[in-house]
Amino acid sequence: MKVVNNKVHSVDGLGIMKGRKAYTDDFAEKDSLIIKVLRSPHPFAKIKKIDDQEAKKLTGVEMVLTYKDFKRIPFTRAGQGYPEPSPHDKFVLDEYVRYIGDEVLAVVGSSDEICRKALDLIKVEYEVLEPILDFEQAIDNQVIIHPEPEIHEMFDIGFKPKRNIAAAYEMNVGDVEKSLAACDYVIRETFYTQAQAHVMLEPHTVNARMDYQNRICIYSATQTPFHVRRIISQGLEIPLSKIRVIKPRVGGGFGGKQAIHGEMLVAFVTYKTGKPAKIVYTRKEVFESSYTRHPMRLEMALGADKNGKLKAIDAKVLSDTGAYGEHALTVFMVTGSKVLPLYNKVDSVRFVGDVVYTNHTPAGAFRGYGAIQGNFALESAIDILCVKMGVDPIKFRQENMMKENETSPIFAIMGEGTAGTAMNMDTCKLEECVERGLKLIDWQSKYPRIETEDKIKSVGMAIAMQGSGIPYIDMGAATIKLNDDGFYNLMVGATEIGQGSDTVLTQIAAEELMTSVDKVVIYSSDTDLTPFDVGAYASSTTYVSGNAVLRAAKELKSRMVEEAARILETKIENIDFDGKRFLNINDKKEISLIDFSNQITYSHEQKQLQVTSSYVGHKSPPPFMAGFVEIDIDKETYEVEIINYVSVVDCGTTINPMLAKGQVDGAIVQGLGMAFYEDVQYSKTGKLISSDMLNYKIPTRLDIKNLTTVFVDSYEESGPFGAKSVGEIGIDTPPAALANAVYNALGIRITKLPITPEKIYQEMRKKNEK
Amino acid sequence: MKINLNINGVSKAFLIQENEYLLEVLRRNDYTSVKRGCDNTSCGVCTVLFDGKPIPSCSMLAIRCEGHEITTVEGIEKEAEKLANYFGELGADQCGYCNPSMALTVYSLKKENKHATDEEIKAYLVGNLCRCTGYVAQHQAIKKYLGDES
Repeated sequence: MKVVNNKVHSVDGLGIMKGRKAYTDDFAEKDSLIIKVLRSPHPFAKIKKIDDQEAKKLTGVEMVLTYKDFKRIPFTRAGQGYPEPSPHDKFVLDEYVRYIGDEVLAVVGSSDEICRKALDLIKVEYEVLEPILDFEQAIDNQVIIHPEPEIHEMFDIGFKPKRNIAAAYEMNVGDVEKSLAACDYVIRETFYTQAQAHVMLEPHTVNARMDYQNRICIYSATQTPFHVRRIISQGLEIPLSKIRVIKPRVGGGFGGKQAIHGEMLVAFVTYKTGKPAKIVYTRKEVFESSYTRHPMRLEMALGADKNGKLKAIDAKVLSDTGAYGEHALTVFMVTGSKVLPLYNKVDSVRFVGDVVYTNHTPAGAFRGYGAIQGNFALESAIDILCVKMGVDPIKFRQENMMKENETSPIFAIMGEGTAGTAMNMDTCKLEECVERGLKLIDWQSKYPRIETEDKIKSVGMAIAMQGSGIPYIDMGAATIKLNDDGFYNLMVGATEIGQGSDTVLTQIAAEELMTSVDKVVIYSSDTDLTPFDVGAYASSTTYVSGNAVLRAAKELKSRMVEEAARILETKIENIDFDGKRFLNINDKKEISLIDFSNQITYSHEQKQLQVTSSYVGHKSPPPFMAGFVEIDIDKETYEVEIINYVSVVDCGTTINPMLAKGQVDGAIVQGLGMAFYEDVQYSKTGKLISSDMLNYKIPTRLDIKNLTTVFVDSYEESGPFGAKSVGEIGIDTPPAALANAVYNALGIRITKLPITPEKIYQEMRKKNEK
Repeated sequence: MKINLNINGVSKAFLIQENEYLLEVLRRNDYTSVKRGCDNTSCGVCTVLFDGKPIPSCSMLAIRCEGHEITTVEGIEKEAEKLANYFGELGADQCGYCNPSMALTVYSLKKENKHATDEEIKAYLVGNLCRCTGYVAQHQAIKKYLGDES
């Protein structure tokens, strides 16, 4: 391969660095109306009265929008395929507000300052209601967070709003109680994972204008432009054909921009007034009023026999979806489906639980998507079990984990919101990942700990898996067009959000067309101009959209060869195309690609050569990895320093090895943030404390010493040029690897994230008291 | 009110509100390479050079900039191009929202301390947050840029 799996610069890096207009707000109309949202000061309240008379009198105020301005159409902001596996439990504006930061009303004015002044003049009377702020108290609480009659599920997701349950699920393989009873060793432990904030650097941003065909054209910093178009159409009853959604460059998403945020209000204002409008979330709004990772309680039971065989896994999980149920069921299911198959030789597995409403900021999609929560619990529990059995945790994993050509019954049972898809692990290099990781971290000489005067050095590890798109649901499509002068346009619905998909998809097309990256011009994510794609989520772009690009390139190539055969007056099978010229292998006559493309554009039997192809996965081949952390703990302060993080990844072929490494590095650091200190914290009254970047700390470059990220050789037949996905897998291992390393250092087990020096200190005190 | 600002070597009159920050004035006037990120000087994407020194424009009142030289990434185009090449070489590009501001800070570091050590580079750039890359590839690219230029 000449382009794929070779060093290729990002197709857009230079222009971005030079500050060219690229991001959503760079394209806002100068005279856009500004939309500012009044946000709820109460975690749960009913709006009794809104007095906006004074505000409306203010010069420059265009309108004040309240729930009375909107038809009551419940929808979900989740940004998923249709019908969505998330409850339709949200209105553009509602008479109830369900968390501090929820939308009360919106002011539309000519400037930020006028909007702020108007907001100060508006008086709202609330009937303040008792909130639910502890997710373990939500089920069958006398408080009902969603009493409204119009809300509904699209199909059975276990939605029981009267019990504050947004979704519920149960799955059994074998009889777990029976298996556990027969085991020689059983451990039980409860884990807690916290809410994490995405903190993409570009805030949620949307702007819109009416175009000269009187259609609404929306620029949005979104991961799902086609879903955005559909949801706006359904929620505001604007015909789909009247809406164009363009996704410019996106400044980071991580799942946070899968859902729609400001789109409804902006579209409504522009459609109603005919004037351009925009919204840019403040950082406080990004923290308080978008969404977070789902916090969870995971009650785990593991059983093994005396021969070192893992026999049973029982996971009872409670997940907190906050005020609205975006991704409630699907994140929950991934907590099981992309974690439990790691140990596929068990007799029985149970995965059961509920996703509940609370009066906190909603939870939604976030890189890892449940798998990081499940991984922390399972991979911590495996080490706990090994301690109890007195066996080596590496050896135990090597004997019990998934291997190539094996399968798990869970694949067929659990999908994302629906039943799953049976599949064999045609590629699973987990054994090699573990072997190489042990060497790279120098496990032998460091495990379990090396104690010096003031520090303890230790190592810990975890294994992980993810998926590659949602089979039979996620569709991606690509159009490739041949131009005169022999270069190509590649139009994809796939959504570049900074992960490098424009570059990776260009490479796939260039490889198949035997040309260079500069001869393929990509344009992505414009609902008028590019074919459909579900968007950037579920680790789907390289695998699903990449396969669509590969198909399109193949089909275009055969169309070109057909035409060349006509021009060179021979049969198709006599044509040899090398990317630059077509050769008739019989008479050695040839035509260059440039002459060929010019001829069919301008001179004889002219035609446009262009094909569109699409792809839907029939399986979701998981990438696998082993993550190893080396830490130094200060014996006095219990401060933990990360010396090195070794990631050995099987993601199939790396289409762009450097960008793949960037995906893993970035995800590891985001995972370390969650493992270490990132924590969405609320006051006792439900107010978000961590509502800016001073109170919510993300890793800085001073926190990162060394990342060792390597890829094992692997070729997934079903993927484009052998590729699987790599966007999410990196985030899964840090919490468990760190917890295991802390145990190896100090003999204490932290079961509640994040793993702070304070928690270590408290556990050490308890240990020393014993 | 009207003020004169020298931006990228060109002096121009700007109409501003007296309580307006430099970031808003710049973006309003199409200097969109300067980004908005956090609103309170903690992320670095709004960085501009103020008489050659990196500052967060989100907290600098525009009125205080009269008579000072403001540089955005367009003002150091050649340097940004060089740095972009190292970013491409090392795979340090991701969403890029922080890249123009990073180019300005790195350029300023080069002028102050060409031979910066790893720790000095990290300390100088600590205010330029990145949520995508995990910093390692960025660091390597920045080091190469500083090394090859010195």
